[in-house]
Amino acid sequence: MLEIKNLHATVGGKEILKGIDLTVRPGEVHALMGQNGAGKSTLSNVLVGHPAYTVTEGSVTYNGKDLLAMSPEERANEGLFLSFQQPVEIPGVPMNYFMRAAYNAKRKHLGLEPISSGDFVKLMREKRKIVELDSKLTSRSVNEGFSGGEKKRNEIFQMAILEPSFCILDETDSGLDVDALRIVAEGFNQLRKPDTSAIVITHYQRLLDYIKPDVVHVLINGRIVRTGGPELALEIENQGFDWIKNEE
Amino acid sequence: MNNEVQDIIAKDYEYGFTTNVATEIIDRGLTEEVVRLISSKKGEPDWLLDFRLKAFRHWRTLEQPTWGHLNMPDIDYQAISYYADPTASKKQGPQSLDEIDPELMRAFDKLGIPLEERLEKAGGMAVDAVMDSVSVKTTFRKTLAEKGIIFCSISEAVREHPDLVRKYLGSVVPYRDNFFAALNSAVFSDGSFVYIPKGVRCPMELSTYFRINARGTGQFERTLIVADDNAYVSYLEGCTAPMRDENQLHAAIVEIVVENHAEVKYSTVQNWYPGDKEGRGGVLNLVTKRGLLRGQHSKLSWTQVETGSAITWKYPSCVLQGEGSQAEFYSVAVTNNYQQADTGTKMIHLAPGTRSTIISKGISAGRSQNSYRGLVRMGPKAEGARNYSSCDSLLLGSKCGAHTFPYMDVQNPSAVVEHEATTSKISEDQLFYCQQRGISPEDAVGLIVNGYAKDVLNKLPFEFAAEAQKLLSVSLEGTVG
Repeated sequence: MLEIKNLHATVGGKEILKGIDLTVRPGEVHALMGQNGAGKSTLSNVLVGHPAYTVTEGSVTYNGKDLLAMSPEERANEGLFLSFQQPVEIPGVPMNYFMRAAYNAKRKHLGLEPISSGDFVKLMREKRKIVELDSKLTSRSVNEGFSGGEKKRNEIFQMAILEPSFCILDETDSGLDVDALRIVAEGFNQLRKPDTSAIVITHYQRLLDYIKPDVVHVLINGRIVRTGGPELALEIENQGFDWIKNEE
Repeated sequence: MNNEVQDIIAKDYEYGFTTNVATEIIDRGLTEEVVRLISSKKGEPDWLLDFRLKAFRHWRTLEQPTWGHLNMPDIDYQAISYYADPTASKKQGPQSLDEIDPELMRAFDKLGIPLEERLEKAGGMAVDAVMDSVSVKTTFRKTLAEKGIIFCSISEAVREHPDLVRKYLGSVVPYRDNFFAALNSAVFSDGSFVYIPKGVRCPMELSTYFRINARGTGQFERTLIVADDNAYVSYLEGCTAPMRDENQLHAAIVEIVVENHAEVKYSTVQNWYPGDKEGRGGVLNLVTKRGLLRGQHSKLSWTQVETGSAITWKYPSCVLQGEGSQAEFYSVAVTNNYQQADTGTKMIHLAPGTRSTIISKGISAGRSQNSYRGLVRMGPKAEGARNYSSCDSLLLGSKCGAHTFPYMDVQNPSAVVEHEATTSKISEDQLFYCQQRGISPEDAVGLIVNGYAKDVLNKLPFEFAAEAQKLLSVSLEGTVG
């Protein structure tokens, strides 16, 4: 479903990704671990097409299509979803208005008519329950005045509405207390369909207690230096990253 | 790297068509003879000719003001024709819809202006349609007349209600007020007259639609609205013009008088042709609008959405003369490409317990310059008066400018004046966030800008709000790359 080959990318002229190879098949969850600055967020930003990142070499194929040739909104409408590490605030734009615009953009992409107001209200109500998001938040401006936990929950809520086929969770666990982490992770699990794939970026094992990865990768200095099963995440939890570095 | 919101192309102006209609245009140039000619064409009484001549003589002693934060092209006042009449082929002026040139009707249809009263059930809005110098048609007059409401062109009002016009004309904006006000007073052609009698609540929105069509002409509209004691009216004004490579002058005056406990809401959606992407052509919109809150506890609110014109120089103002009177100014001004706007308001508090609110939202894109200029004056008698002003600027891109010029003059120690101002940019991260959710950059800008302007758009009458939202998005199309 997603095939990354020899991907190199720069930001501000500095090379961050130095040849990434990664294949994610339908229904698989891959955990991506690594210290700050290893290139985890750069990889997720490159995949969703953030304009600040430049791909200098390599290719990414998504469902047989050249992902890098698509605009960010095309990628989104083709089912690629990023749960942002730091969701941005958009003052004055109500959450429900924003989500309806996004939902209808996807419908338009699929050649469907826009959803009616009534149906959309129902959809919002139904999905809100999954992440236990307060109805007050969906009538407020996008992320404005949301707590850190509310922002993360709001990301998963958006995912629930848009039903993506490929999710990238970029440190969705950071800044969450144990209860919020459980709600977010269980929400994610509930929303996943059998063929939904995901890349889960995290520093810690605790998120992976809820979202079980099929494959775990360790990213150091812009390269994947080790790939293994779920046990690799546990080893890192116990011993940190240094032992891998030392083996390099 | 694409870390900057760029301007590439602007969406073409939707109302840029011209209408082929036999139009009587008088020779270019401005002299006392021209003033007399305009007056005689309209069959005006001597007092009005006298008013025009005094204004003209005064105008000749004045210089065009230069204090605006504007790069104003030289205006050759002798190269403009001061009167253009698209209904001239019907000598007496149109008596019914059947007599109006079908081309004219089509022009207003194309603009979405309902000139046929059978639309009553659908909309229920009375319209005065003004093309160039002449009012083409005013709808719903009979329905309104039953309540004693007068809604007609100002030329007609001069003929049919001379005492009312004479009493109020120039009482809020005297011809000596400023250069453009003197010019307008000398040569004003048409515009609307509204009188709401005591205790009457106008049952429908009144609106005037201004259209400049003829080449080489200026439009000098004059609108006068009087709300007598306990009366209420909501009035809308819309404007468009064809695309021309020359600048066209629009120098209007709007005067509003609000008596005891009366309320007037005045909304404008100004979408004059803004000029092309290189800044050629466009309407010079140089307008004096002022309301006199003469009565106790009277209310006046100005709401404006300004997206058009090459240059906008406009300060809808309020003189709060009646005790406890309340005034509001809500403004969204959008400039793109080479447009320039210097707009704002004046709140002159002269009586105790008066209150005013100013909410201004400027949006600049392209290479445009957008200034807010506002005066809040608390006179010596403005005991316990209050003003709250909030002026926000939003920048799209790095080649445009936003400026705020607030003036405060407080002569009563018990008066309170609050002023807040912010400047922000649509960040690349906000745009990207929308894009990651599948929303195109164009739609994202529309969404963000409409969110930003929401407080003002909410003040518009319902039908107008949707149109204004669309207009905001369209005006800024092509501002992101």
